[in-house]
Amino acid sequence: MDFREHEDAAAFRAEVRAFLDEAMTPELEERMYRTGVSHDDELNDALRARGWFAPGWSAEWGGDELAPHERDILYVELQRADAPMISRGTTFAIARMIEHSGTEEMKREILPKAVRGEIVMVLGFSEPESGSDVAAAQTRAVRDGDQWIVNGQKMFTTNGHIADYVFLLTRTNPDVPKHKGLTMFLVPLKQQGVEAQGVFTLSGERTNITFYNDVRVDDRWRIGEVDHGWQVMTAALQDEHTASFGPRIDRLVAECEAWAASTVDAGGRRRIDDPEVRGRLARAAAEAEVATLLLGRAQWMNEQGHVPEAEGPMSKLYSSEALERAAQDLNAMLGPDALRSYLEPSAPQGGRIELAQRFSLGTTIYAGTSEVQRNIIAQRGLNLPR
Amino acid sequence: MDLSTSVEQDQMVDAFTSLYTRHSSSERVRAAEPLGFDPDLWGQLQQLGTTAMAVAEAHGGWGATTLDLALVAEQHGRFVAPAPVIEAQVAARLLAAASSTSATAAEALAAVLAGERLVTLALHPAVGGRAGLVPAGAVADAAIVPVDDSLLLVQLAGDGVRRAVGNLGSMPLADVDVGVAEAAGRVEELASGATAAHLHDAALDDWLALTAPALVGIGARALDLGVEYVKERKAWGVPIGSFQAVAHRLADSATALDGSRLLAYKAAWAADEEPGRAGELAAMAFAHAAEASRDATYRSLHFHGGYGFMMEYDIQLLYRRARAWANVFAEPEVAYRRAGDKRYGGGA
Repeated sequence: MDFREHEDAAAFRAEVRAFLDEAMTPELEERMYRTGVSHDDELNDALRARGWFAPGWSAEWGGDELAPHERDILYVELQRADAPMISRGTTFAIARMIEHSGTEEMKREILPKAVRGEIVMVLGFSEPESGSDVAAAQTRAVRDGDQWIVNGQKMFTTNGHIADYVFLLTRTNPDVPKHKGLTMFLVPLKQQGVEAQGVFTLSGERTNITFYNDVRVDDRWRIGEVDHGWQVMTAALQDEHTASFGPRIDRLVAECEAWAASTVDAGGRRRIDDPEVRGRLARAAAEAEVATLLLGRAQWMNEQGHVPEAEGPMSKLYSSEALERAAQDLNAMLGPDALRSYLEPSAPQGGRIELAQRFSLGTTIYAGTSEVQRNIIAQRGLNLPR
Repeated sequence: MDLSTSVEQDQMVDAFTSLYTRHSSSERVRAAEPLGFDPDLWGQLQQLGTTAMAVAEAHGGWGATTLDLALVAEQHGRFVAPAPVIEAQVAARLLAAASSTSATAAEALAAVLAGERLVTLALHPAVGGRAGLVPAGAVADAAIVPVDDSLLLVQLAGDGVRRAVGNLGSMPLADVDVGVAEAAGRVEELASGATAAHLHDAALDDWLALTAPALVGIGARALDLGVEYVKERKAWGVPIGSFQAVAHRLADSATALDGSRLLAYKAAWAADEEPGRAGELAAMAFAHAAEASRDATYRSLHFHGGYGFMMEYDIQLLYRRARAWANVFAEPEVAYRRAGDKRYGGGA
């Protein structure tokens, strides 16, 4: 057993942090918050110039072949800096699905552009009437010669208004059990019949409802077999379920530590010297440590060729719930000043602690709610009956 | 991060697991109550080198890493073994650390390694000449007790020195009257001043680092019992484990315990490999494991329904010990404050 970091980890982390300190300008942060768009061409260009945009992708597709520790550090630091990377995240996740289940033609057409960041792809799973119960999707795709005609609505199509393609879950056969009549498509979004309507969230992020009215899709955009979309989805969801919010907790703790070291209480004592403040910070720091370890275990299992069926969901469940707990508790610790909003000049730490509370709420919902993760842990980890 | 264990570690854990299976069944655990000490088990553990392994080879021990001890401690917890393994290991390490400057410590360590003496450690300083709730105080030959600026070795035999205390966890706790022992000439100083404080603080780090995995073991066993029970027990014609109200809370415990285990391993690893963070991580691991085992034992007991409330079911053994083993030190919040002191420097 070894918990040591790679010997070059500290140097690489310092390099990434220096880069992000410069790249994450106040203007970019304000623009992200005001528009709610988690995508920035300039930052993506800068990452590409460093060879840091597409870690984990092979050179065959134009990826940046980084060492595993560099890949992991980039993942953590980008999240910690709150860099606008959602578009890259969904694009790469869908690209993986295409690499796994797409046709050779589609791979050649899509993967190089996706890996170089020339296109944005977004997820189209949830609908107004179905979220966690993904397989209940009602968006219809009906065959018409070598085309399909798509009609329906998708919820929370984040970046749908700027994207090139949506990875769309459709119902192609309503007469069989729900998991058996689904088909996946990569639908070009810049065409007639597609409309995106902005939806604004508690943390400022913009997402969308996307509408599909008689949208024509060539059969070549189909991924996997007709009516076998669920198999494609299962692999896609597995990836999503290993997500971790540990770096967010880390950042929150660091902000609160900076606050506690630079402010004094009514008695003139530095807050960091108050045992209660220390205890609360240490609790959040411990939970950040645990979140990091649970993610590390899932990654380690993957490296060993094991599928972290329950361990991935544990990482997602724990880290998102711990972020929510920490944000709630540390905002309470700050007292009334915690109310001062993000970007409000008088707010402690620029209002990042306040923003964390609002941001944290989404993390236990998207990428599989806590309840879905608990179901998976209970069934796959503990072998409890359905 | 590499989470694989070595062949030697697997063999060591197997040896202890098989010993505990034979000598720390729940019948034996019950039979050892209320004192919470099984002399036969203790003898078997000494033969296996349980205390000697904790001490560095340079001091006559076997030089196991703290991580090795943590792996064993987890099994110790699973079996709620009625033997003060962790206290004896921690005290022996303290004596080894003090032995270069204290002949008393060197002599005591020799007796411990020869299996002649059981020495334990008071977790808290004596107040008004009395050390309260000393773990293993009811069965040990001597206890290491911080008194004012000194660290004392107190011989526990003799009239009025110790009084065993009945307690929630059926642990061999005792209140120790240092004044009475002193009057009888049964107290020797191991260290004083900053050295004394440092020795005790380091021992406490060790105790927290090893009690954390023991608490994980208790919680994990409680979870196993709970999962087994809710798969079998039916209500309204289906196993109660199929209800989300039950399954989700067990899933939360499985997650919290896995996290606690990883943190406990990391803290134990850090004791040898990253000493700068070891104290902080030990206190964190303890606090996290204390809460995870507290929750797991409660949930498991509760999902047993009325049976969980019966003395006959094993879950009550785990429920009581999860709380008592941890609270001999303090509530989790206090451990988090200690972690904060280690993280930010200086006691506030």
